[in-house]
Amino acid sequence: MSADMLLALPVMLPLMGAAMALLLRHHARLQMWVSILTLVAILASALVMARSVLEVGILVLQIGRWTPQLGIVLVADRLTVIMLVVSSVVTLAVLVYSSAQTVSESAEKTPVAIYHPTYLVLVAGVCNAFLAGDLFNLYVGFEVLLASSYVLLTLGGSASRIRAATTYVIVSLLSSVIFLAGIAAVYAAVGTVNLAELAVRLDGLAPGTRMTLELVLLVAFAIKAAIFPLSAWLPDSYPTAPAPVTAVFAGLLTKVGIYAIIRLETLLFPASQTSTLLLVAAGLSLVVGILGAVAQTDLKRVLSFTLVSHMGFMLFGIGMSTRLSMGTTIYYVAHHITVQSTLFLAAGLIEQRGGTTNLGRLGGLAKLAPVIAVLFFIPAMNLSGIPPLSGFIGKVGLIEAGIRVDTPASWTLVAISAITSLLTLYAIAKIWNRAFWQEPEEDFVQGLAPVPRVMTGATAALVGASLLLTVFAGPLIDFADDAGRAVLERTPYVSAVLGDEAAAELVYRIGDEGEKIGDGDEEVQR
Amino acid sequence: MPVSLMLLLTAGVLIACGVYLILERTLTRIILGIVLAGNGVNLLFIVAAGRPGKPPFEGTAPAEDMTDPLPFAMVLTAIVITLGITAFGVALSYRAWQLFGHDEVPDDVEDRRVLRRSQRRSGMDEDPEDPGSQGLSEESRRGALLHSQGHRARRDPLGTDLSGAEDAPQDYTEADEREDVRRGRETEAGGR
Repeated sequence: MSADMLLALPVMLPLMGAAMALLLRHHARLQMWVSILTLVAILASALVMARSVLEVGILVLQIGRWTPQLGIVLVADRLTVIMLVVSSVVTLAVLVYSSAQTVSESAEKTPVAIYHPTYLVLVAGVCNAFLAGDLFNLYVGFEVLLASSYVLLTLGGSASRIRAATTYVIVSLLSSVIFLAGIAAVYAAVGTVNLAELAVRLDGLAPGTRMTLELVLLVAFAIKAAIFPLSAWLPDSYPTAPAPVTAVFAGLLTKVGIYAIIRLETLLFPASQTSTLLLVAAGLSLVVGILGAVAQTDLKRVLSFTLVSHMGFMLFGIGMSTRLSMGTTIYYVAHHITVQSTLFLAAGLIEQRGGTTNLGRLGGLAKLAPVIAVLFFIPAMNLSGIPPLSGFIGKVGLIEAGIRVDTPASWTLVAISAITSLLTLYAIAKIWNRAFWQEPEEDFVQGLAPVPRVMTGATAALVGASLLLTVFAGPLIDFADDAGRAVLERTPYVSAVLGDEAAAELVYRIGDEGEKIGDGDEEVQR
Repeated sequence: MPVSLMLLLTAGVLIACGVYLILERTLTRIILGIVLAGNGVNLLFIVAAGRPGKPPFEGTAPAEDMTDPLPFAMVLTAIVITLGITAFGVALSYRAWQLFGHDEVPDDVEDRRVLRRSQRRSGMDEDPEDPGSQGLSEESRRGALLHSQGHRARRDPLGTDLSGAEDAPQDYTEADEREDVRRGRETEAGGR
């Protein structure tokens, strides 16, 4: 078996696991173990894949030995691999976390039997989206993960979840229709959906057509990534879902959108005219999101708004598209997946202990639940970018990249980034004051419930993983930098899929300073 | 590439009707709108396939005379996906009807908080006949199902469920504030 065959595993394993979990629906414990083992296997295959990508470069699997132009291609470059590894760690920890919840007393409220299969299908969709080598397979990956996210969001079908899911389903359906229209337009324009071939052929299109295609796809992805004008659905739908579901949604689903935007802005439309638009959207996301977070009084809603806000950091990096900013963005995505999921898991711990996430009712948890306090404090500080944690490293990298680009837009964004970090700290401090230091009420103290050890353990493991991102920041940033360079150059991806002759036909690439370099290596435009 | 004007026009009309329906407030109409718009987009794929030609079977005709089969494969996939998602959407609207007696898409939490605050300030809060209407008549809002089961319709279907359902976001809403007032902690509630 060659290393290429590995690429099919992250998609196939969870689907087969889902089928088995569905068959085992009457044996809750066995079903749980099947799901956990499946996710462990995915993590293992992602790690092996990472090693072989380091050794032999980009892996390509042509399903059914069709040519890449006609069939389905799975591609794993460094960007894909880093996303796969981080997401499989997070999904595994979240599943272990939720196993305590689903087996215990809440079993009557939520139908456990469908939770595990749906969760595995979600993982399959996420992995498929990361590995997809053509636009249509990316669409299928999106649809698989969205369909299962609808089910996970409405688990139990209670009033508030139905209400929250209604908005979510409509917005997601609309974005899917837009995405599909974009694919149809792309096919009509250049006659292919393979990403590598698109990269070659889109370079030759008229600028107006390129712009139209790019904007249609950008809108579809930005809805999924919850970028500001298209982000209103997120804080309304995520907080009502069960804590582990919210954790995996917040960590992964928006990052799939960001991953798609990275591919769109580098491989398909390198350094295009929309980069200013991206910077504006990034700035607005940062400001509007964090102001929303400051105004909230519910723990989960505060976290949802900070999620919207921090998507702006990643978009900031993509908008500049210099080598430094792209590498940092990839590192920041890995950091943010881990930290945001951990925070939502910690919020789930608080909810389990105190029975509520309303900051007005919580209180005194620093004394009443010291372990939870530590597990919340570390990722919270990480999110707001306190040195020496990974959030600080990522933000410093982005700000440095912004200063180096040295345009009015990038300086504005640098200022906004700094302000947003401070306001994030303010929002976190508000949570800390209310939930952990405020004098608790009598009936709140009496209503405290014990927290299953598995839930605490899974959260602690994710906190440990987020600290690893800090400890091994050096090698990780090197890896992300290589990934960023390859993404900006575009040639490695195209030559791995289509061969060197096709790669030689590429007209543009992005230089280290974010400039668009044309065929004859002369600088076309900044 | 020559394209069929009829196909493009049909796709345009379908998508336009779909967008119109998506702008409605009831979930059923929105689902119908998505189906229409989705079908319109599927037609775009047929347009993208270019000129119709011979069936694409190996060896039956020269390759340049054949229809491009790839867009059709994609359309089939898209149709299947739309079918599944539509089924879910219809189930969702049925469940909403079971629970609330209507399948209207609600305002989001923030909007409802703002509305209630302004109502409270202008003294309209005590008026039970004004549930913050969003366009449906009170009759349809109350819902046929609740009536048929002999339940009394809740006074404020949009308001109570904010804090009523046990897993609702435990927002610091006006309902809580009123509770606090009852407990005589008005100042603290105002401070938040």
